Amino acid sequence: MSTYPENYRYTKEHEWISAEGETATIGITDHAQQELGDIVYVDLPKIGTKLEKGKTLGSVESVKAVSDVYAPVSGEVMDVNELLSQEPEKLNADPHGAAWLVKIKLAAPDEIKQLLTAADYQTYIGA
Amino acid sequence: MVDFGGWDMPVQYSGIIDEHNAVRQRVGLFDVSHMGEIEIRGPEALNLVNYVSSNNAAKLKTGQAHYSGLLYEHGGFVDDILVHKVEADHFFLCVNASNQEKDYDYISTMNRSFKATVEFASERYAQMAVQGPDGPATLQKLTATDLSAIPYYWFTDGEVAGVPARIAHTGYTGEDGFEIYVAPDEAPRIWSELMDAGQEFGIKPCGLGARNTLRLEAKMALYGHEITASITPLEAGLGWIVKMDKGDFLGREALARQTQAGVTRKLVGFEMRGRGIGRDGYEVYVNGAPAGWVTSGGPSPTLNKNIGLCYLPTAMAETGRTIQIMIRNQPVEAVTVPTPFYKRAK
Repeated sequence: MSTYPENYRYTKEHEWISAEGETATIGITDHAQQELGDIVYVDLPKIGTKLEKGKTLGSVESVKAVSDVYAPVSGEVMDVNELLSQEPEKLNADPHGAAWLVKIKLAAPDEIKQLLTAADYQTYIGA
Repeated sequence: MVDFGGWDMPVQYSGIIDEHNAVRQRVGLFDVSHMGEIEIRGPEALNLVNYVSSNNAAKLKTGQAHYSGLLYEHGGFVDDILVHKVEADHFFLCVNASNQEKDYDYISTMNRSFKATVEFASERYAQMAVQGPDGPATLQKLTATDLSAIPYYWFTDGEVAGVPARIAHTGYTGEDGFEIYVAPDEAPRIWSELMDAGQEFGIKPCGLGARNTLRLEAKMALYGHEITASITPLEAGLGWIVKMDKGDFLGREALARQTQAGVTRKLVGFEMRGRGIGRDGYEVYVNGAPAGWVTSGGPSPTLNKNIGLCYLPTAMAETGRTIQIMIRNQPVEAVTVPTPFYKRAK
């Protein structure tokens, strides 16, 4: 079984977010990468983009389909994972680690508390 | 798992690319039991088949099969089908899962003036496809029928793993292989035995995802994409399944008119030049103006390129033309190329 880090929070749209003070890292879950299958493109926003909670932040394209990735919380993009433009398949291999998508400066750090815990998320996906 | 015409179908097992490569290089096993079967029997069977379908079933020998179109009067597709001639007065049709009731109703309606026996037989058949260069060797281990004696697009009624099976040298992957039709309650055991038989070759179970990438590389049409009720075989590049000289059939007049007037749009292959994948339904632009639409598109694991098929006006359908595909509101460059994208070495 895959492991869902306890210190991350999750969304029903299968994103994860890991906060440290006023910044946070966002990615897609292991469940999401499994459902998508072989990932061939990852489209990420530019640094400086203002993200709005629940709005599209980018997309992940697998052999079979394109899926939008939604911002779990609001904030401003500080960094994007350049690794994924060269090696999108890393998202299949290490979705909770090396294949993070963006790092953001949180607009409202409290928003994170509204998201699912690791236990809630695993219940939600039936893991 | 996805819901597919009421069936729970695996899109992938080990991964689409992995399964795709297994079929191109070794062997893959597909459960395609969702496909529908319709049996047509009786002295009028041939006449009915030849009236409802566009290819000439009178040319089939017993034990031979062909690809054909089930067409509306206006020339569009009700479905694309495989016609197998079992006996002089018995034809076995393999049809698309999502169209099977519609096909049966359509054929039954047309049968009022023929009085053949039309049976909706889908419940009596499970279907598995053993595809890939090692497909024949895999299946051969489970049958006494000499598979090397069955030419491409011929079939034999024999046994697989000790149970009656229709063994057809057909497929939807562009690779060598067979499709077998068996009684549904025997299917799980035959699946396991095929997996065991193929183990020495590195057989992989394959899902709908790989089936789609494989058929796209081979430019085999998928109903609802390349062919629909509003697309004719002539537009789809399937003129070879239309036999105008065989006598009357549904759609014949419309197709004759279309031939006379000239086909105004054509199915064309493309390769992406820019970053992105042109997918089903995306708009195609030529010289800055909307010109057509993508019917299927995706990565080609064999060619390591992003490929697709689209409809373009005939005047713009030559190969080597630069086109733009609108991917999430951004035009991305592609170029039209000859098809099929992949053809196996014989």
